[in-house]
Amino acid sequence: MNGRQAIILRDVRLAFRAGGGSFQAVAFFSVVCVLFALAAGPDLRLMSKIAAPVVWTAALLATLISLDQIYRADREDGSLDVIVATSDELALTAAAKAAAHWLSTGVPLIVATPLLGLLMNLEAGAYAPLMLSLVIGTPALSLIGAFAAALTVSLPRANLLISLIVSPLYMPILIFGAGAASAGAAGDPQYAANLKLLSAATLFAAITAPLASAAALRSNLD
Amino acid sequence: MNETFAATPAHRYRFRASGVSISRGGVQILSDISLALDPGETAILRGPNGAGKTTLLRAFAGLLRKDGGQALVQTMDGKSVDTADGTIYCGPLNAVKFSLTVDENLRFWAALYNTPPSMIAEARAAFGLDAHGGRNAGALSTGYCRRLGLSRLLLARKAIWLADEPTASLDAAAVNAFEKIVERHRGDGGIAIIATHDALSIASARTIELKTGIAA
Repeated sequence: MNGRQAIILRDVRLAFRAGGGSFQAVAFFSVVCVLFALAAGPDLRLMSKIAAPVVWTAALLATLISLDQIYRADREDGSLDVIVATSDELALTAAAKAAAHWLSTGVPLIVATPLLGLLMNLEAGAYAPLMLSLVIGTPALSLIGAFAAALTVSLPRANLLISLIVSPLYMPILIFGAGAASAGAAGDPQYAANLKLLSAATLFAAITAPLASAAALRSNLD
Repeated sequence: MNETFAATPAHRYRFRASGVSISRGGVQILSDISLALDPGETAILRGPNGAGKTTLLRAFAGLLRKDGGQALVQTMDGKSVDTADGTIYCGPLNAVKFSLTVDENLRFWAALYNTPPSMIAEARAAFGLDAHGGRNAGALSTGYCRRLGLSRLLLARKAIWLADEPTASLDAAAVNAFEKIVERHRGDGGIAIIATHDALSIASARTIELKTGIAA
């Protein structure tokens, strides 16, 4: 096992242990969906119409609240020194950290989605587009979020700052992701276009975010 | 990147620092520090709180930007190798994950340092952690947690050890064990630079006094 695999394995293990972030993210995701459903009232047609955008927004918010811990916990206990000192290519290590975050937050959210779709009267044909858009889009949320976490790692209580940094960067992901989910459900030809733009955003984040994270980590070392 | 060192059981590296100057938050903490250590040599850094011991060790490890000067790890024929590759820094933080067991922590470090898992048992035994392998690290006492953190020195298999207050919160037996571990590292041709306030008995260790002043 090389160092980066070890980092992914450890982060996922920590996230699923007691007090880890995975359960909290899924719980928060569910709570937001339920609150939306309660606020929207008993109109089932309205509910099924807004279900996909609500799931996307909730997934984004649940990701957002889990970002702060990506690097902070490692910095506070000294692990970050060890990780930085032992990584030959810090950008790849940053990519591993983002991958671990996606595995421990993004994947549980995707797994929980069908249940919440049921709760919000999501149409039968809308499940696949919604799940597909989440599978393609949530890695970008983790990648961009990990960059913001790296940027603010030396600041105390940076949660609000992280939200401010990532919100504008998350907007295209949300627009294309929710757009793809809605268009796919409606049989709209815009479906493919939205999915392609969403994929492009994820690929762009996969290349740039780890490089930017590495630079941010280095400048935050002192 | 770790292979360079993994291949050599006995360390043949020397440490050369010259004119190291560091400032933090706009205040100059250390200026013009020079230190030359050959294989098998140990240096003890002493100085009052705020003298810059931790800062200096972190800079030696490449974890801190220097204003000037350089800290090099060299082969005996003068070729420099990557500082991060040749040094292991053990600071006041133990880098221990509390919700992992002792063994899980050790295995994680071994993977990071590219150390074969077979060497984990040796590091665990050296610091008297054998009885605690399956315990959650969060349940360890402060002293055992420190031992676990220090076991990275052995797991990393680096030529140059940079230990910051290694014996803080260790009991007398553990301090004694630590001194023996350093002695063995010296015997293997390794170099240790140790910042401490305690009286460590390590044969022929050089003492370096850092003057205080501005940083306090």
